[in-house]
Amino acid sequence: MAGESTTVEHAADAGAHGAEASGAGMPQLDFSTFPNQIFWLVVTLVVIYFVLSRIALPRISAVLAERAGTITNDIAAAEELKLKAQEAEAAYNQALADARSEANRIVAEAKAEIQSELDAEMQKADAEIAAKTAESEKAIAEIRENAVKSVTDVAKDTAKEIVAALGGKADAKTVTAAVKAQMKG
Amino acid sequence: MATEAKGEETGGLVFHPLDQFIVKPLFGDGPIHWYTPTNVTLWMFLAVLAVILVFVVGSRGRAVIPSRMQSVGELIYGFTYKMVEDVAGKDAVKFFPYIITLFIFILFSNFLGLLPMSFATTSHIAVTAVLAAAVFLTVTIVGFVKNGTAFLGLFWVSSAPMALRPILAVIELISYFVRPVSHSIRLGGNIMAGHAVIKVFAGFAAIAAISPVSVLAISAIYGLEVLVAGIQAYVFTILTCVYLKDALHPSH
Repeated sequence: MAGESTTVEHAADAGAHGAEASGAGMPQLDFSTFPNQIFWLVVTLVVIYFVLSRIALPRISAVLAERAGTITNDIAAAEELKLKAQEAEAAYNQALADARSEANRIVAEAKAEIQSELDAEMQKADAEIAAKTAESEKAIAEIRENAVKSVTDVAKDTAKEIVAALGGKADAKTVTAAVKAQMKG
Repeated sequence: MATEAKGEETGGLVFHPLDQFIVKPLFGDGPIHWYTPTNVTLWMFLAVLAVILVFVVGSRGRAVIPSRMQSVGELIYGFTYKMVEDVAGKDAVKFFPYIITLFIFILFSNFLGLLPMSFATTSHIAVTAVLAAAVFLTVTIVGFVKNGTAFLGLFWVSSAPMALRPILAVIELISYFVRPVSHSIRLGGNIMAGHAVIKVFAGFAAIAAISPVSVLAISAIYGLEVLVAGIQAYVFTILTCVYLKDALHPSH
């Protein structure tokens, strides 16, 4: 890769760069610099190794483990919350069903109570009506009887008067009998 | 850089696609000893700084809901962890800090190398060879410690006909020892080639007539290099996981 010109230029620059002693063309093959490079490489590798293995790697692996733990915990917590939500929903549905059946029960009870009260009232009213009817019938019968009696009395008196006016003499017994006979007819 | 200065001086086309890979001392021009702070040191230090910024400062909140920086760190962590677990098996998880160190170093170095005027540490065979050799040694040692001599069963293909097995054993053995070579050159070569190609196109930008094409090409290749930076880090790591799986479960 290193052409003739390069070598020549190198030779020209040799004064400026004291490093390239061999002038082989490729600085990579300048063996005089090898001990230097290898020494500093070993130093560098040892430093990087200790920085990484003592500080950086434990720290990063701790952070990664912590993150994995956090994620696992969060997922578990989310799972738990989901379960709780499901439980709450079930409880809510249960409460709803309970309330509905309670309401139905109360409605039925109220209906039955009202029905029974109604029945009782009806019965009472019926009885009252029956009593009033009986009383009224009795009063009507009495009135009718009185009327019949009054008619009989009036008929007796009238018959007596008529008999007296005709010049006869009518005793009470005969008149009563006559009136009675007439009334029947 | 020296390249551009030279180009202006001479007015001609000057290509220095490999100058960016030169290892230079940070202070002065002295010779490079093994301890000299160089641009390698600087860019590796910046990689360490970036790692600390993303993984330590970014995750300091330890937030369950992460900040942007923290989630980048977590993403890389989770990605690598899953890769180790899926490819190498559950019992390879104890090698996870080692593998993520390699992955993060290569990833951050690759991306830092893409900054203009930066120095790509992973473009050097010295660096990638050490990384690959470390993986090779780890895998071989783990293989023998875990399985004893049964680890050699990796080279003895028991499902093949008896006559073929010695030949296959030789092939398997060669392929096993070629692993670190391909492992290191794949990474170093990819990064180096990409950076060099960008520099070559940058050299063409000196010609006014070609410069729009050149700039477009640089943009396109830069996009490709961003892809390569991530993919090569991934490839290196997943191959490490594959080799580790061989060491832990050598049966074919």
